[in-house]
Amino acid sequence: MKPIHTLASAVLIASLTATPVLAAGGEVYTADVDFSFQGPFGAYDRAALQRGLQVYQGICAGCHGMKFVAFRTLTSDTGPGLTEDQVNAFIAEAGYEIEDEDGEFAPAKTYDYFPEVKSAGAPDMSLLAKARPGGAAHIYSILTGYTGEEKEVAGTILYGNKAYPGGWINMAPPLYGDDVEYMDGTEATLERSSKDVSEFLMWAAEPKMVERKQAGVRNMAFLILFAVLLYFSNKKLWKRVKHPK
Amino acid sequence: MGNIPQDHYEPKPNSTASWIEDRLPIGGLISHLMNFPTPKNLNWAYVFGGILVLFLVIQIITGIVLAMHYQVGDEAAFRSVEYIMRDVNGGWLLRYAHANGASFFFIAVYAHIFRGLYYGSYKAPRELLWIIGVLIYVVMMATAFMGYVLPWGQMSFWGAKVITSLFGAIPVVGDSLAIWLWGGPAVGEATLNRMFSLHYLLPFIIAGLTVLHIWALHHVGNTNPTGVEIRKDSIENVKKDTVPFTPFIAVKDLYAIVVFLIAFAFFVFFAPNFLGHPDNYIEANPLVTPAHIVPEWYFLPFYAILRAITDDLWIMMILPFDAKLGGVLAMFGAIAILAFVPWLDTSRVRSTDYRPIYRWWFLILVIDFFVLMWVGAKPAEGIYPTISLLGTIYWFAHFLIVLPVVGLIERPKPRPATVEEAFNAKHGIGGDSGTAKTDGKADEPAMQPAE
Repeated sequence: MKPIHTLASAVLIASLTATPVLAAGGEVYTADVDFSFQGPFGAYDRAALQRGLQVYQGICAGCHGMKFVAFRTLTSDTGPGLTEDQVNAFIAEAGYEIEDEDGEFAPAKTYDYFPEVKSAGAPDMSLLAKARPGGAAHIYSILTGYTGEEKEVAGTILYGNKAYPGGWINMAPPLYGDDVEYMDGTEATLERSSKDVSEFLMWAAEPKMVERKQAGVRNMAFLILFAVLLYFSNKKLWKRVKHPK
Repeated sequence: MGNIPQDHYEPKPNSTASWIEDRLPIGGLISHLMNFPTPKNLNWAYVFGGILVLFLVIQIITGIVLAMHYQVGDEAAFRSVEYIMRDVNGGWLLRYAHANGASFFFIAVYAHIFRGLYYGSYKAPRELLWIIGVLIYVVMMATAFMGYVLPWGQMSFWGAKVITSLFGAIPVVGDSLAIWLWGGPAVGEATLNRMFSLHYLLPFIIAGLTVLHIWALHHVGNTNPTGVEIRKDSIENVKKDTVPFTPFIAVKDLYAIVVFLIAFAFFVFFAPNFLGHPDNYIEANPLVTPAHIVPEWYFLPFYAILRAITDDLWIMMILPFDAKLGGVLAMFGAIAILAFVPWLDTSRVRSTDYRPIYRWWFLILVIDFFVLMWVGAKPAEGIYPTISLLGTIYWFAHFLIVLPVVGLIERPKPRPATVEEAFNAKHGIGGDSGTAKTDGKADEPAMQPAE
């Protein structure tokens, strides 16, 4: 009987599993949706990110800012992968301008950031996918989770949404299906657009995820190999102590 | 250096090494550390000390580099963390390693503490070694708390508010003390500034205490799973009971470190936010209170104890202060009580392996710890406050009642006379040749209970 062994591993395992993950209030609906970036080898789907950018720009950007995301990062190889020219065209078409010290407005440069939008009181979207339990799947669930019900509380209209804690959200349904005309010819549906923009927001929140996972695979491979070598070194080293002659 | 006989370092006469050694005995110190006689029967529960040293180093190195890019300030703090995540080369790795490093630091320290409790590592002559360890743990908690405040997200802000407000519960000076801690009328930029300053300072206090911890360890020597002291009467006997730290323990510890790092790397690279809270990716906002303010997992057992004390308990009705102060006292008391364990334990047997009754109580303590951790993350409603209260009562009862009483009534199982005997028996090495040469007097009388 080696209770200490069990205990040592129990401390490790239980510490990891008994984590507070996460004392979110109440159970909410999460749609069953799979993203290409899930799993240790998952990567962003470039076409989905480009479509998601279109959805963000066409629909979300009216109320939601994205102040931590720089336009230049849209060129990221593991992200939307736009060319510099495409980024400039995107800025020009969206009409993003920056005010200089003299109060003059000039078109934003690639090194500028998406604006902060405070007017609607909507949360900034730079980190939204990491700031909600459930992440991208939660955003997808909100977008597809409207029940169609409405109610008025103290002058504000609330919309029934099975994915929102409490069941009522004060954001009107932003997507209906044919809200954007995709440049790549993909047919826009509620599910398609919701999924694309959710993936885009995950990228916006965690632009280095693909690099991270690639580094993770290399590091894990090295550590596991190192551990195997050390296991046998240790065994051989102790052999003469544990089994003299 | 220590009181364990050990081969001494003798540099060649008239060599450079000898010139240095005459002026600064650094060669002797290195030789002492490398060849330190370590009980040959240490099991895998003894690897966490080495892991902890590594994680202190990881935290200090990643932390220093993060501090090169971090900015203190109401808006600057959050923005600079995003700058680190998005624009600093390898910044995401530094930050995720540092944040998860704190969690793995605590996993290792809890394993290390419970190993010490199980094998009686706190008993004479190791009381100071143990107390220095408790101090390190307390400073670690302060450091981790302040570090969690620095990103200045919602949990940072509200966690800081909840914890610093605890000091407001202290009678008479409480309110002034809280304002003094905050540097203003409420938690704000001034608070963040001092947290950053102290978060940078405290790890070096931990490093200093760690040096004392290891110094004390090298003076008295390691415990081991039998709880029987190694024989220190002669170099020959020391060699029978021990192996030199290098290479035997060094390689074993390194193997354990790498296995531990695999688990660590899994979190850093594939689930870096699993142990964190999503709310901390929302900028601090004094006007919006999060639905549930939850501390990091490693504080949860003590957070549960803090919340277990409520005004409707009968004990609070007779005590001359309110439940807020009661909770604060219980929480700090639950940690401070560890420092008194060497004198609360009345058993003369170190290792719980030979304590047939106490081992079950020890198991309950470990379960209690995890129950408190689980309940600490739950909202204070329904059955949860009752569970917190029961868990809290056991935590104190274990140290104040079980530990003294069981030591007196328990009849321990027979222990081996020497570490060598235990080791040889376990590995089936040549009969009882190990003990034949022992003259008995070598064993410390304290280790042989008069039954």
